[in-house]
Order: sequence, then structure tokens, then C-alpha cells
Amino acid sequence: MNTLSCSVDKEMLNFSIARYSILNNEGNVKGDLPSSISDARHVLKAYESMVLGRAFDKKAIALQRTGKLGTYPSILGQEAISTAIGLAMGEKDIFAPYYRDLIAQYLRGVSLKEMLLYWGGNEQGSNYKHCTQDFPNCIPIATQLSHAAGAAISLKVKGIHQAALVTCGDGATSKGDFLETLNLAGAWQLPLVMVVNNNQWAISTPRNVQCSAETIAQKAIGAGIEGVVVDGNDYFAIYYAVTEALKKAYSGKGATLIEAVTYRLGDHTTADDANRYRNPKELKEAWLNEPIKRIRQYLINNSLWDELKEQALLKKVTDEIDRAVESYLISPKQSSESMFEFLYEVLPESLTDQYAEAKYENYSATAAPNNSG
Amino acid sequence: MGSAHEKTLEITLIESINLALDRAMTLHPEMVILGEDVGVNGGVFRATEGLREKYGLKRVMDTPLAEALIAGVTVGMAAQGLRPVAEIQFMGFIFAAMEQLATHAARLRNRTRGRLSCPLVIRAPYGGGIHAPEHHSESTEALFAHIPGLRVVIPSSPIRAYGLMLSAIESNDPVIFLEPKRIYRLTKSRVVDNGQCLPLDSCFILREGTDITLVSWGAMITETLEAAQVLASKGLECEVIDLATISPIDQRTIITSVKKTGRCCIVHEASRNCGVGAEVAACVSEYAFPFLKAPISRICGYDTVMPYFQNEQNFLPSTQKIIDTVLASFVSQKEVNHAV
Repeated sequence: MNTLSCSVDKEMLNFSIARYSILNNEGNVKGDLPSSISDARHVLKAYESMVLGRAFDKKAIALQRTGKLGTYPSILGQEAISTAIGLAMGEKDIFAPYYRDLIAQYLRGVSLKEMLLYWGGNEQGSNYKHCTQDFPNCIPIATQLSHAAGAAISLKVKGIHQAALVTCGDGATSKGDFLETLNLAGAWQLPLVMVVNNNQWAISTPRNVQCSAETIAQKAIGAGIEGVVVDGNDYFAIYYAVTEALKKAYSGKGATLIEAVTYRLGDHTTADDANRYRNPKELKEAWLNEPIKRIRQYLINNSLWDELKEQALLKKVTDEIDRAVESYLISPKQSSESMFEFLYEVLPESLTDQYAEAKYENYSATAAPNNSG
Repeated sequence: MGSAHEKTLEITLIESINLALDRAMTLHPEMVILGEDVGVNGGVFRATEGLREKYGLKRVMDTPLAEALIAGVTVGMAAQGLRPVAEIQFMGFIFAAMEQLATHAARLRNRTRGRLSCPLVIRAPYGGGIHAPEHHSESTEALFAHIPGLRVVIPSSPIRAYGLMLSAIESNDPVIFLEPKRIYRLTKSRVVDNGQCLPLDSCFILREGTDITLVSWGAMITETLEAAQVLASKGLECEVIDLATISPIDQRTIITSVKKTGRCCIVHEASRNCGVGAEVAACVSEYAFPFLKAPISRICGYDTVMPYFQNEQNFLPSTQKIIDTVLASFVSQKEVNHAV
């Protein structure tokens, strides 16, 4: 600044932010593929997971449109990030997802049926049979970040060399919870990986209105931790960044902020219409960079994939999704009195009358003949 | 446990909280303490004094100055097998933590159908009367009592602070533990350090009486008991109930008492409008109406912003006001009508 009469005594800090990119739009790898991802079986598994995620997403939207599911947030275009997280995390790591992470959840053991129950308005959807220590979907934006920090503290206190991984959107980075967690992660050197799913939109608010910093990753500098940017449509780059960050966390070297840059190809949720605020040209361009086509091209380039395999995969995922939907649609509703049953460890005496009333109302609602004719 | 583990101490309320925290840290290896200045400094009121030295950095953690974060990490820790006890330095600063408490602490067990839970305690000194700066003197227990899934507990003596704190920590429900700081050091009483919990869903009858039921909690118990003493000299026997567990509320003890006395007066420091006293009054009129010989009365803080300390004594209900209100409820309805 030239306005000050005194001269600059010392340049305190200069920083740069690394951007990881491995796989380009033509499906070609720049340089050597890191050994952790060069195994063909791994890449095939990643591709299959992404295809399953996209097919499930399409089905979920169709169910919502036909009145069989509640409001649902599409993951379209963000499949690579979630898949990389799901495959990179260790079983005993703790995951605190935001609500566009169904592939990571699926890979960790949350069933498609549980996901449908959750978006279908049934609390049993968060009563995961597997990955029982993972946090459920978190709707209040950014609040899951400090839960993950708490989980990371618990690992540290117990002396367990695992990590907590939390995801959020770009909108969440404007919230205090994000910045407070980032700050703590640095101050306490927590075994925490924070992945920002920067899909350019927070409902209708674009990324440049959210924040004027060139990258979200650089916010990590202010907290004294490492921040990196990755191409969020490049499965390899994200997997590499997440794996490195986890390794760092396991070895006690602290937290990492990963900004995965992608694009929300769908609406915010089924209750939203992005045509009201999104330039169609921008959407068209974003489709050129979408993640699934790119990894498929890589598989084809390496003679690992063909049309026959593609058809077989589509049939396999459709069957799996159909089975989950079928099972979801015939799942019984939670009982009316269930709203009391998990509120406190033991039902307080002051609630016994209400409990009995809810139970009775439930009975009469199902038993009463329908006279509305 | 031998007698060496059951020392009897003559201590203040704040010392009894420290004693309970210390005892709980030995009972529960998964318990941790966190908050602003709780470590080396032992908390601004010294509630956690000596605990960092005794249990180490890993179990007594000084956090950055961020209340929302404190509540959020407390939820995360509790969900992952720790038993965190977090201090919010003053209740006036708890609002930043409110989102985490309402949207997560209160709901995590319900949301996951029991898969995860939140065995946490949030401690906060509250209430007026110590000449503190702005935002340090409010009583907003009703805000928490309105959130299903939370427990709200307020002790009013060293003995009850000890036993209630131990049960709050032992509880697998999230507990908001509000400490009436006006009586932190008001009196000393004998506390046996025996690790005994007090129930989290029961009022305490502090004085038995047949003429009127006085329901109060926290620091106002002091004035309420004083008033009962004075009224006894005038021939009126007050039954004094310490509500203590603000939510979930123990309706049964209150109703049983009012059925016996036929009169009820509620005393609280918080503002009257939508205060916890309204819930007590509604409960009495729903379940003990035929037994009432006079209207239920409420003696509360005014429905104003808590004044700065020069004027705080005029906000807090006085012993005299309790005496006058009780006496008025014994004036016959006829006389009242005549006076109006």
C-alpha cells in the first residue's frame, strides 16, 4: 500500500494454492497415474459407483415427481467427488456428509433403501445398519463441520489413528461454522479432512456473489492449515487429494481443506427451478466437463470398457435400484407414537399422557372408516 | 467405597460444581471438559479449577472463543463416545450455540432412531444480581425448555448442585445445566462427596406447608424461603418447591402439593411473558383447578430488557413482593372485588 508514509518493513506472507488435475476431458492422464489408482479394478469400481449414483438420482427425481418421495436434492454432475471420498475413506474413519453425498454413503454401507426412506420422510432412513458411527444427512448448512471436528477430537482423545471427513457446499463456506471449524482444525491439529463441493451455486446464489476470494481453498491459509484445489470432475485428482489428506491426518500431521471444483448440473432440489436464474449457455458448457463421460473415456482408451459392458452395467444398477425402490415403497410407516420413543433415553413421566394420546390417535386414524367419499 | 472417598466438605455452590466435575472425571474416563478459559484459568468463576492439572490437556480443553463451535464439537464428541461437559462462559453468549443445541443436540437420537445420541452437558452461569456488564445477567431458561429433547436443570444449593451435576453428566440425554451465579458463593453447606446422583425428573420440596404452594428455582429460592419464613411468623405455612428440573417438568409433585394447599404462587427471575411459570400455572389449572381457593399468581422479572446493574435490583423479585403477593391471595375474593 502506497498510502502509508512508512515503508514496508517485512513481507509477512506470500502464499500459493496448488490445483490438482490428472484426467482431462479426452480421458487422457497427464503424467503418471499415482500408484494408488492405477489398478484397473479400482477404476472400474469407481466408474460403476458413479453410474449407479447417477441412475439412482434420476430414479429419485422420478419418484418425487410422481408423489412417491419428498423433496430431493440432485447429485447430478457431482458424482466423482462423492465416489472418491467413498473409496478413499477407511472403514473406521468417520463421515459427516452434506446432502449430496449419497455415493460416498452408499460405498460406506448406507443402503439405497435407507436413503429413500430418509427422503421419503421416515426417520429409519438414518438408522444405518452399517457404518453405524457415521453422521446422518445434515440439512442446516455447515453445522456438520463442527460435528466432524468433534469426531476428530474424539479420535485424538482416544488415541485412534483414524480421521473424520466432512463435506459441504460452497455456500456453507460463508457460514461461521465453516470458519470456526477450520480455525479449530488448525489450532488443535485435528485429524480432519474438509471437502468443499464447490458446485458454483447455493440455490440461486452464484459462487462469485458468495465470496470474492479467488479460491475457497485459500481460506485454509488463515487457519494455518493446507488448502488445495482439485478438479472436481476428475475422479483421479480428487481420489489422490483425499487419500493424501487422510494419510496426513492418520499420521498426526493435521487437517486439510480440499476445494473440489465442479458444477451443479441439476436444480438445487426438486422444489427448485434453476431456469429462473441460470444461464443455459453456462449449463451447456458445464456438461462438456461432466465427470462420468471423462472416466468412461479413460476406460475405453485403455481397452477396459465397451458397449457390451456398459449395457450390462446399466442393467445391473437398474435392477439394484428397482429392488431398493420396491422395498422402500412397501416399508411400513413409523408408528405415530414413535415420535416419542427416541426423544429421551427413557420417556419422561410428563410425556406419558401425550404418548398415550399419539398411540390412540394412530389407532383411530387407521381404524376409522374413510367417510370422505 | 471407603470413607476416604466420602469426604464431607463445607462448601459453596460453585465449589460443589467443581467437586462434582472432579468426581465425574474419575467415574467416567470418557468424560472431557471444554470451553473458554476452563483450563489453566479454571473458568472465570473457577468451576473447573484444578481439573486441568489433575486430568491433563487431553481431557480439559481450552477452546477458541467461538460458542457455536463449542456446541457443535460437543455434539460431535458426544456422538462418538465421549461424554463432554462444555462451559458457555455466560448464558448471554449462548445464542450463537443455539442452532447446534436445537437442531442437533436435541434431535440426534431421534433422527437416527437411537443409533447415535448426545450425552452432553452444556453448563452456563445465568441470572442477575452480581453487578455484571450488559448481557451477563439474563435468565432465558424458557427458550431451552421449549425445545423437545433437551433437559434443562437448575440447582439452587450446593448439595443439589453436586447431585444434579453428577446425574446430568451420567444422563445420556443432552442437558442444559444453568447455574445461578448470584448464589455461587452466597452460603456454604455440608456436601458429602459420595458420587450420589439426584433424580433429573423430580422437584424438591424444601419446606412443607399446608396453606400455599410456592414454586421457584435457581437463585430465587433464597427469597422464596425467606418469604416463607416471614409468612410462618404470621401463621401461614408455605410449601416451597424447588422446580430444579425445568424440563421435562415434574408435574406430579406440584399438582399433589396444590391439591393439598389450594393455592399456588410461582416465583422466577426470568421475564414473565411465556416464562416457565406460565407452564407451571397451566399445569396447575389443568390438573388441580377444582382444588384452587385463589387465582394462581406469578412473581417474575418484568417483561423488559434486563436493566444495567444500577437498576437490576428493581428487576429482580424481592422477598417483600413474594410476602405481599402471598398475603393478597388470602384476602377474600369479596374484599378484592370491593377494592376494585
